[in-house]
Amino acid sequence: MTSGLDITGLCKSFGGIIVANNIDFTLRPGDRKALIGPNGAGKTTFANLITGFLAPSAGTLHLDGRNIINLKEAKRVKAGIAKTFQITTLFKRMSVRENIRLAILEREGKSFRWFAKDNGYSDIEEEIEQLLEQFSLQSSAADEVHELAYGRQRLVEMALTLALKPRILILDEPSAGVPASDSHIITDAIERLPEDLSVLIIEHDMNLVFKVARKIVVLVNGAILTEGTPGEIAGNQQVRDLYLGARHEH
Amino acid sequence: MDTAIRQNRPRHGLLTFRRLYLDLALIGAGIAAFFLFPDSLGFLTRVLIMIIMVLSLDLVLGYAGIATLGHAALFGSGAYAAGLFAVNFSADPLLGLAVGAVAGAVIAFVSGLILLRAQSLTLLMLSIAVAQILQEIASKERAITGGSDGLLGISMEPIFGIYAFDFVGQTGYWYALTVLTAVFVLLKIIVASPFGLAARGIHESAERMRAIGTPVYWRLVAIYTLAGGVAGIGGALSAQVTELVSLDALGFSLSAEALIMLILGGLGRLYGAIFGTVIFMTIHHLAASVDPFNWLFVIGALVLIVVYFLPEGFIGLPARARKLMRWSP
Ligand SMILES: Nc1ncnc2c1ncn2[C@@H]1O[C@H](COP(=O)(O)OP(=O)(O)OP(=O)(O)O)[C@@H](O)[C@H]1O
Ligand SMILES: [Mg+2]
Repeated sequence: MTSGLDITGLCKSFGGIIVANNIDFTLRPGDRKALIGPNGAGKTTFANLITGFLAPSAGTLHLDGRNIINLKEAKRVKAGIAKTFQITTLFKRMSVRENIRLAILEREGKSFRWFAKDNGYSDIEEEIEQLLEQFSLQSSAADEVHELAYGRQRLVEMALTLALKPRILILDEPSAGVPASDSHIITDAIERLPEDLSVLIIEHDMNLVFKVARKIVVLVNGAILTEGTPGEIAGNQQVRDLYLGARHEH
Repeated sequence: MDTAIRQNRPRHGLLTFRRLYLDLALIGAGIAAFFLFPDSLGFLTRVLIMIIMVLSLDLVLGYAGIATLGHAALFGSGAYAAGLFAVNFSADPLLGLAVGAVAGAVIAFVSGLILLRAQSLTLLMLSIAVAQILQEIASKERAITGGSDGLLGISMEPIFGIYAFDFVGQTGYWYALTVLTAVFVLLKIIVASPFGLAARGIHESAERMRAIGTPVYWRLVAIYTLAGGVAGIGGALSAQVTELVSLDALGFSLSAEALIMLILGGLGRLYGAIFGTVIFMTIHHLAASVDPFNWLFVIGALVLIVVYFLPEGFIGLPARARKLMRWSP
């Protein structure tokens, strides 16, 4: 049995537009893969096919050798797949602390308890404080998320997802919207992730990509153009033309 | 790290402390009302029962964000179940309450399985339809429910075999106040639990809830079922205290009025349900005796004021006032 994520022949189209075109992809424990590609290439769609937010029109999806194509999104999270959203998706009128608490309660299978206090588990409260500290969010812990600057909301998004302790972690543009002064927090968090975690990072910031990725996958028009080490990708003329060149116009 | 927890605590502690005073004051007001308005016990009891109904709606709409205009389906099911149970099986009040709760919960569960697959406007329409269908059934099955004459012949035994229901409604009032207090305490515990937090989470973002692994649909069904049980208790109380169940218990205006009461008071805080119901029903009571045809104008104006100036309902009034004071020179 192979551990990690195995994807073959994944396809998806919206109306007549093909956004995932026969994608083969693997993610092993310890992998640090980056997925890059121009706007609209289908990166977020690909991530959504993995999490189960979208259903593919064809293809197979296995986690640790087990077919998960029929698992609902929530079940896939329980199986160990978690993703941060490109557009921050949080519980806006809850405090930062409550956001993280909810994720941990769910992970621990305690979110269906009726007669306990939600903040009554001291081990969970301790874990929340650790995450707050890791993301420099202590000073905002009691603030409701909508009160925070967008950059700080991005940090909550990341903290919340890590609180799920996934085995497969997908980060959809984690640094987009984070001010330069805080971007090291994201980089640090990624670099400090458990070694055996599988990470797929979708990112436009090439500095971040080259810092954390050991493999880079280039997606264009829903299909994988090429895959290689950062060095190979940086030297690939096709990628430069198609992607890196296009980026300069933005 | 520990300091961060501690820093947060006093704020929290103070809040719970103040809430406790508020709770005691509310119960005190409930007791005082009995002595202050001995001639209006029938009306006051109806207020207490309605608060249970609106509390249940708050759980569904205020906490979980389920938009419904058919909450009478759950209240009415509890009322008819408790009424029929009293007429045909046993007139023990507490047993009847349990029957009402189960009936409300069962109807909520079954209808919830369909309703909660839908969203927003579709959900709203379906919730109305469910209540209408039940009302239609109650109306058609005259032999069982009494149809439009209402279910008559309910005669409750004394509570615990001791406290007999009297003409003036004294027993009924204490009974309703006790049940309401129990329901309120139960709901206060539940909304502060992980389950309550998750309900708010679904309200805030169902998408994010799924992404942290919550089976959102089944969670909504659970919340709706719980609310059904609570509304069913309200319905059962109403059947027992008035010894009558009419088709209105399943009617659209009951659902709509409950919604207005909740909006008046403020959503998602439980207290809003209490204040909103008291305000609405008191105005109804007073204004209708002055001008039985135009009292709805008063309610209409009040709703407009709340929507425009107090979007959080009357429960948001103190915070709003504090804000205004700070701004004034
Ligand atoms: N729900 C949808 N319905 C229809 N079209 C969609 C939907 N979601 C995405 N698309 C389209 O699919 C294509 C791929 O979108 P996707 O968001 O996956 O791109 P992306 O690579 O993540 O882009 P970006 O870098 O801008 O985030 C785009 O053309 C987009 O307009
Ligand atoms: Mg994207």
